[in-house]
Amino acid sequence: MLTSESLKRIDREIAKYPAEQKQSAVMAALAIAQEEQGWLSSAAIEFVAGYLGMAPIAAYEVASFYNMYDLKPVGKYKVSVCTNLPCMLTGGVDAGEYLKTKLGIGYNETTPDGLITLKEGECMGACGDAPVMIVNNRRMCSWMNPEQIDKLLAELK
Amino acid sequence: MAILGAINPMLSVGLDGDNAWRLADYVKRGGYVALRRILEQKLPQEYVINEVKKSVLRGRGGAGFPTGLKWSFMPRSFPGDKYVVCNSDEGEPGTFKDRDILRYNPHSVIEGMAIAAFAMGAVRGYNYIHGEVWEIYERFEEAIDEARAAGFLGADILGSGFNFDLFGHHGYGAYICGEETALLESIEGKKGQPRFKPPFPASFGLYGRPTTINNTETFASVPYIINLGGEHYLEAGKANNGGTKLFSVSGHVNRPGNYEIPLGTPFATLLEMAGGIRGGRKLKGCIPGGSSAPVVPAAAMMDCTMDYDSIAKAGSMLGSGAVIVMDETTCMVKALERLSFFYYEESCGQCTPCREGTSWLYKVVHRIEHGQGRPDDLDLLASVTGNIMGRTICALGDAASMPVQSFIKHYRDEFAYHIEQKKCLVPVDVQRAGSGFFTATV
Ligand SMILES: Cc1cc2nc3c(=O)[nH]c(=O)nc-3n(C[C@H](O)[C@H](O)[C@H](O)COP(=O)(O)O)c2cc1C
Ligand code: SF4
Ligand code: FES
Repeated sequence: MLTSESLKRIDREIAKYPAEQKQSAVMAALAIAQEEQGWLSSAAIEFVAGYLGMAPIAAYEVASFYNMYDLKPVGKYKVSVCTNLPCMLTGGVDAGEYLKTKLGIGYNETTPDGLITLKEGECMGACGDAPVMIVNNRRMCSWMNPEQIDKLLAELK
Repeated sequence: MAILGAINPMLSVGLDGDNAWRLADYVKRGGYVALRRILEQKLPQEYVINEVKKSVLRGRGGAGFPTGLKWSFMPRSFPGDKYVVCNSDEGEPGTFKDRDILRYNPHSVIEGMAIAAFAMGAVRGYNYIHGEVWEIYERFEEAIDEARAAGFLGADILGSGFNFDLFGHHGYGAYICGEETALLESIEGKKGQPRFKPPFPASFGLYGRPTTINNTETFASVPYIINLGGEHYLEAGKANNGGTKLFSVSGHVNRPGNYEIPLGTPFATLLEMAGGIRGGRKLKGCIPGGSSAPVVPAAAMMDCTMDYDSIAKAGSMLGSGAVIVMDETTCMVKALERLSFFYYEESCGQCTPCREGTSWLYKVVHRIEHGQGRPDDLDLLASVTGNIMGRTICALGDAASMPVQSFIKHYRDEFAYHIEQKKCLVPVDVQRAGSGFFTATV
C-alpha cells in the first residue's frame, strides 16, 4: 500500500512514543500516507490503522477530525487561503476573490484540468505576512499581493 | 517577518543571521549555560521552581497563569513517568510569535523544557507544533537532533544522571488542539476533544500520567530567568507582570510583525514601533490579546499599557499577545462575522451549548451583515452568549461569546445601522481600500 520510504518515515514517528502507545503516531502516519498518495482513501486509512494496531474506525475518526487531511481526491496542488480577520484586514479575503476569478472556480472546487483545488483556510499562525496561503499543506507563501499570486500560479504546472 | 523591533529584549537578542537558530549560535550567545549550571552545581528542584515563582512569569499561551505555581502542582516525587508538553499549536487568530521563536530561537525552548523537566522530575517531553507551519516543525526536529548529539537531551545529560528526551509532534489543522487537554488527546492519537476537568493534567495528563503543559514562549523564557535570577526578570517588566513579552501586531499597521517589549510598555509605543496606522488613518478599535479577547475601542486602547492588569482593566485580556489593529475602514459587523464563523467551524461539538450556540452566533451575525438582520437580533445574540458562557467543557465557548458581546457593546450603533439600513456603515469600497490588496506596493 505505501512505499518502503513512507514506511520508514512512519517507523521513525512510532519510535517517538512509548512502545505501548503506537497509536500516537497516527497523525503523522496519515500525513505521510496523504503526502505519498495525494489524498486519503479508505484503503489507505485502514492500512495505517492496521500498521499501528488500532481499530480502523479510530483512524478514520482522526482523519475526519483534522482539516488538513483530504478524504476525497484533490487537484495536483491544493491552495488554502487564510481569510480570518487579521489576514482579512490586509487583503486575505480579496486574495481569495482574486484567486477565484483567475482560476474560474469557487472554494472547495478544482479546476477542470485537475491542477488546482482552492480552499478557504483558518489562521495559519502567520498573520504578520498577510495575505498568506499554503500549497499542499507544506509550503507557506507570504505577502501574496496580486503580482505574487500571478507568479505562484505560473509556477504551479 | 522576523522580530521587527524591541525594547530591552531577551528572547530576541542576537537573532540576526541565517544560523541564529543553530546550536552553535545559541551556545555562543549564552545558551545552555542555565541548564549546565543547574546540573553541575546540583541545584535542587525547589531552587528552580522558586526562581520561576519569583520572576512572576505568567503563561504566555493565553490564560496568564503563574508558571512557577503551575510547576509546583506537579507531584514531582510521584514514581513512574511524568511529562512536560510544549504548546506550539499557535492557532489563535492574530498570534504568530511562537512560529518566530521556533524559527529563530528553537534551542531556548529546548533548554527551557529540559530545565522544566528537571524541576518537575519529568523524563519525556513533546512539542506539539501547529500543522500549518511545516517548515518550523522540520526545523525543530533538526534542533532536537543537534541538542541530543551535544548531550543536552537524552540519557545522563552532561554526566549528571538526569535523563530527559524530547520529540516533536505536529498537528494537522484543528484550532481546538491548542486547548491543553485536547492537545493531550491529540498526542495520544485521538480526535482533539477537550477533557472534563478535574482531574487536571498535573495528576492525570498524557497517557494518564502527571503532565505539565506550557506555551512555547513560556518555556523559552525559562533559561533567561535562571540566568538573570527571578527578581531581575520580574524587574524587566512591571509588578505582577514579570519580564518582556512578544507581541504579534497584525491588521492595519504599516509594519505588521513581532515586537518584544517589557510588560507595561504603553500601547501607543507599540503602535508607533509597528509604523502606525496605514495611510495615516485613525484607529477604530483593537483586539489586544488574540481573537478570543474582547475588542477595545480606540480611546480606551490608547490609554492602556501592554500588561495583563492594564488590559484587564480596559475590559479585555492580554491573552497570547496578539494585537489586531483595526482602523476606521473596518466594518465591525463583517469583522465579527468572520470571527464567529471561525468559532462555529472550530467547535469540537461535544457540548451542546457550544455546538448549537456557535452555530446560532454565526447565523445571526451573518444575516445582519447580509442585510437580513431583524430588530431583535442584538437581544437574541446577547441571550445566546448567555446560554453558552460558563456551561461548556472548555473555554472555546466563552472565547466565541466574548467577541460578540464586546463588539455589540462598543459598536452597537453600527450593528443597529446594519439592521435598519441593510448595509455597512463603512462603504464597501472604503473597506476594500483599507485592506490595500489592490494597491499593494510591497
Ligand atoms: C480554544 C483554546 C485554544 C487555545 N490555544 C492555545 C494555543 O494555541 N497555544 C497555547 O499556548 N495555549 C492555547 N490555549 C491555552 C492552553 O489551554 C493552556 O492554557 C496553555 O497552553 C498553558 O500554557 P501557559 O500557562 O504557558 O500559557 C488555548 C485554550 C483554549 C481554550
Ligand atoms: S466548549 Fe466547544 S470546543 Fe470546548 S469542548 Fe465543548 S464543544 Fe468542544
Ligand atoms: S489570520 Fe491569517 S494567518 Fe492568522
